[in-house]
Amino acid sequence: MVHEEPNKPSLIYIDRHLVHEGTSPQAFAGLKAEGRKVRRPDLTFAVMDHSVSTTDRTLPILDNDAKLQFDALERNCRETGVRLFDMNSKHQGIVHIIGPELGITQPGQTIVCGDSHTSTHGACGTLAFGIGTSEVEHVLATQCLVQSKSKTLHILVHGKRPKGVTAKDIILAIIGKMGISGGNAQVAEYGGEAIRALSMDGRMTVCNMTIEGGARAGMIAPDDTTFAYLEGRAFVPRGKDFQTAVERWKLLKSDDDAKFDATIELHADQLAPQVTWGTNPGMVTSINGRVPDPHDFRDLNDQKATESALKYMGLKPGTPIVDISVDRVFIGSCTNSRLDDLRAAAHLIAGKHVAKNIKQALIVPGSRGIKAQAEKEGLDKIFTDAGFEWRDAGCSMCIGMNADVLPPHERSASTSNRNFEGRQGRDSRTHLVSPVMAAAAALAGHFVDVRDFDVAHIE
Amino acid sequence: MQPFTTHTGLVMPLDRVNVDTDQMVPKQFLKSLTREGFGRILFYDWRYLPGEKPNPGFVLNFPRYKGASILLARTNFGCGSSREHAPWGVKDYGFRAIIAPSYADIFYNNCFKNGILPAILTEAEVDRLFQHTESEQGYSLSIDLPTQTIKDTYGHVYNFDIAPSRKEVLLKGLDDIAASLLHASEIADYEKSHPATATMFDPVDIKNYR
Repeated sequence: MVHEEPNKPSLIYIDRHLVHEGTSPQAFAGLKAEGRKVRRPDLTFAVMDHSVSTTDRTLPILDNDAKLQFDALERNCRETGVRLFDMNSKHQGIVHIIGPELGITQPGQTIVCGDSHTSTHGACGTLAFGIGTSEVEHVLATQCLVQSKSKTLHILVHGKRPKGVTAKDIILAIIGKMGISGGNAQVAEYGGEAIRALSMDGRMTVCNMTIEGGARAGMIAPDDTTFAYLEGRAFVPRGKDFQTAVERWKLLKSDDDAKFDATIELHADQLAPQVTWGTNPGMVTSINGRVPDPHDFRDLNDQKATESALKYMGLKPGTPIVDISVDRVFIGSCTNSRLDDLRAAAHLIAGKHVAKNIKQALIVPGSRGIKAQAEKEGLDKIFTDAGFEWRDAGCSMCIGMNADVLPPHERSASTSNRNFEGRQGRDSRTHLVSPVMAAAAALAGHFVDVRDFDVAHIE
Repeated sequence: MQPFTTHTGLVMPLDRVNVDTDQMVPKQFLKSLTREGFGRILFYDWRYLPGEKPNPGFVLNFPRYKGASILLARTNFGCGSSREHAPWGVKDYGFRAIIAPSYADIFYNNCFKNGILPAILTEAEVDRLFQHTESEQGYSLSIDLPTQTIKDTYGHVYNFDIAPSRKEVLLKGLDDIAASLLHASEIADYEKSHPATATMFDPVDIKNYR
């Protein structure tokens, strides 16, 4: 806290500022126009991720607008001394993947980035949220942000996940329950047995999609799982310094009797794998469910929204989810492109082949670090033998800013975070699922309950 | 930034809940290096048919709403992506104010950085404005930020809440970077008492490291 006044927003210090090519050029230009400097280039990290090609990067960049943005980021970083992971860096990846992967993200920090999925970093016990470009400029100039206190939301997930039910299913079910604006003006803290039992990769999936429920930030108190994950990462202190840091990090938890403005509770043992049927992440049901009828909803606005979503998605009310066939499969994005995701999908796919009706099945690792490790484990071979394409790291078919666009009226099983109209391409139809559900849909050619497969060994 | 005090203008109704920022400015337009020119592509997929022919079925293309400067919207307007390109598009098209029952947090915040007033009325009030706007051609509203009121020509008056600090930003058209830099010595003090460093313990492959 840098500056506080009664009845006014405060000036808070930002410990890590992450920057990518898409939302930063105007901020750097604004700074330059005013003759201002980047206050803390050493706390600012830049990466190319949104528009990068996921195929051969030694080829010339054909998209001239994207090239101009890469050039601008490179120039801006060079002029201001900001560290840049460019598209040829061996650590390049999606900004929210490489932050924790390299240990840039550490418990107790405030982290911002011009990207709504900055909430991901909350999995490490940070206050992390997305900001607009004007605020990116503000942070570059001052290393601070003007903020008012948010309301607090406690999301408790009790019980044990059944096999085949993943972190993605937990967060989709939460958003289905609270609605996509249920968390507006709030910061969420996740807790409960099912959250504690998740790996860091799973916790990041949960925190990543917090914004899809309207809350800008979602966090999980750091524990032994967090400390074990962070130890030895490139930016994390070593030896005695690490132990000192851990002692400090252990204090970062809510009091047992802490009062929250709102609480949502869920029972993981009752969850089934989730599939979205509509045009926002809250339009979701379980794999054994059906496409709803607009008349199922009492509210007139909900009826209209459902009607328009079904029209866009080309679905009829009452259709069983398992009867929906799929054209393309995408396993990737800042939500689900980590090693746990790839390992689980590979385990399911091993020795099998994608269905004949699948036009494309993409695996896009979240970072080059993840890609290298997956290749060391032979996962790439499993995927390519099964008919998947093994790609280079980036945002890819989650935002479709590179060539990985979902064609009009085609239907995808996607592990990304948003199924808004046109998000992955004009008139494209995206269903959000977990990595193992996406893998199962690739094998079957339609949505299928992953628990019909052997999921005994999948965490 | 252009200040906002009062504004009178034609109202355009957008009768959809949860309008997301991907819908306002689709991904292919995020490769721009400037803040200008997004008005032409605002609501691109709804507004244009393939080949960039105006879609006569979309409200923005109705001749009666040509020149509208107040956007009437439904709940959770501006959800999704943090892209400020969305409010840049809203402003560049010519909208000075939005009226809705609620907004997504990041979009709401971004409006204030661009001199756009995102006014909040109750759902019942917004319903009533939708009825007026759709039934009466040329329905316009006058917004007065100092008194936090919205009036129509029939004398209906609607009051809206806004945080005093946000109101001040709009009224004065404040550059908040300049305002924050007034606290430069406090920032420096904070940095001394809370030394933040990002130290690399393993060689990491990055450019421009200093």
